[in-house]
Amino acid sequence: MNEERFDAIVVGAGPSGNAAAYTMAKNGLKVLQLERGEYPGSKNVQGAILYSDALEKIIPDFREDAPLERHVVEQRIWMMDDSSHTGMHYRSEDFNEEKPNRYTIIRAQFDKWFSRRVREAGATVLCETTVTELLRDTKGRVIGVRTDREGGVLLADVVVLGEGVNGLVGQRAGLREELKPKNVALAVKEMHFLPQETIEQRFGLKGDEGVVIEAMGTITKGMTGTGFLYTNRESISIGIGCLVEDFANSGVTPYGLLDTFKNHPSIKPLLAGAEVKEYAAHLIPEGGFRAMPEIFGEGWVTVGDAAHLVNAVHREGSNLAMTSGRIAGETIVYLKRRREPCTAEYLKEYRKRLEESFVLKDMRKYKDIPDLLHGSRQLLDLYPRLMSKAAQVWFRVDGKDKRAKEKEIIGSLRRQRGIVGLVGDVVRVARAWR
Amino acid sequence: MGTEATNGGKIEEKLFQNRYQVDSGRPHVKIREHDKPSETLMKLTNICPAGCYTVDDKGRVEVVPDGCMECGTCRILTAESGELEWNYPRGGYGVLFKFG
Repeated sequence: MNEERFDAIVVGAGPSGNAAAYTMAKNGLKVLQLERGEYPGSKNVQGAILYSDALEKIIPDFREDAPLERHVVEQRIWMMDDSSHTGMHYRSEDFNEEKPNRYTIIRAQFDKWFSRRVREAGATVLCETTVTELLRDTKGRVIGVRTDREGGVLLADVVVLGEGVNGLVGQRAGLREELKPKNVALAVKEMHFLPQETIEQRFGLKGDEGVVIEAMGTITKGMTGTGFLYTNRESISIGIGCLVEDFANSGVTPYGLLDTFKNHPSIKPLLAGAEVKEYAAHLIPEGGFRAMPEIFGEGWVTVGDAAHLVNAVHREGSNLAMTSGRIAGETIVYLKRRREPCTAEYLKEYRKRLEESFVLKDMRKYKDIPDLLHGSRQLLDLYPRLMSKAAQVWFRVDGKDKRAKEKEIIGSLRRQRGIVGLVGDVVRVARAWR
Repeated sequence: MGTEATNGGKIEEKLFQNRYQVDSGRPHVKIREHDKPSETLMKLTNICPAGCYTVDDKGRVEVVPDGCMECGTCRILTAESGELEWNYPRGGYGVLFKFG
């Protein structure tokens, strides 16, 4: 058997795996990273928005050569019914800063760049290699991995699992339970290409400014989910996702849902004339804190989507991935320097550090939101419709007096949801949110 | 299923844009043999974002994973029943996202 020993093996070359591999390699550890795609990013899908803060803490000068699309100057949140959207737009010149806070990115390109930085930091990156199982010693401690390459046994003091939401390695090794259909969303996405000037005109942008739209309402046909539209330099990323459980129960096809969203009167003109160059699908772990598996054990840690680290309320994931990868890497470097073994007893330091960061603080803050959304589908369907109706009554000038209009609006709220329901919804949301 | 009109249904056109390295003769998803498909298997004909699942002329559900985007939705839905044998394609094979 061809055996080579590493300080750490990282499974997966997405944001979490790259953050972990980079952090460890840069600190002198002997790191091997395994990626099943032809190149890093070839299996990865995201909206995608990059949160600068999480990456700056790993690669402070990333803006010098990372493939960034547009920095976000405007956020739109749209509540949609079949013919309208009620929007909250926030645009600020303050986002045109020297070091912008958020960028749109194209993941296949970004992941390739990040991986190059990982290799420059000294890690060995092996692509086109699927990890098939974890190797354990007689006491059950993880000591390496087996791959689909010939003689593919690789040994390490610790294995970092950054294998993504549909990660089979850790799951089949019994490190975490099977995902439940109510805890994962299926998202589909298309890349629509348009000339740069067209995008800038349509969204009122100059230079590298960008807009992101997050949308909810009847576009998800009563299912728990959201849609999005992000401006890249010469393309628009558009997608929609709902819980797998809801798709399974409704019989709605994901591509049909996407096409309906694209044809919504508020969306269609934004995409007019575009050339579609890719259609992608991916799962998103949305079960929140309560769906999180254990993230460390004897000789292993789990990072990113594989650890269910997504803040669904704020549509954040890649920053939790990078931060968990960095903190896992830092913890392993810390243990190595102290000559401590990578056993569960010592790797619990990773969990402790993650608890002190925004990652687990935010996961804990929103731990009740997934259950709230399961039990209160009206939040995503009824309220957008009521809001549209209210706005229409209010803005339409038709000879009715304003007091009558107020009565009509309040009356429709009472009829559709009832005072008890309305108050209950407010209380439930407030409770889950705090 | 009679839902094509409201459900879109032109999935082939979407997949045509994508890049794949198909591992010929080694499908990474297989369905357990059956005479009559379970409710869950039938659901896969709608939920699979690549439309890999269809009903054959004998009423059985079949899978052709050439257009599979490896999302894992079908794997999770059938995890309990064990109706699918689901593995990732060999390294380098399967979908290759140009943009992701």
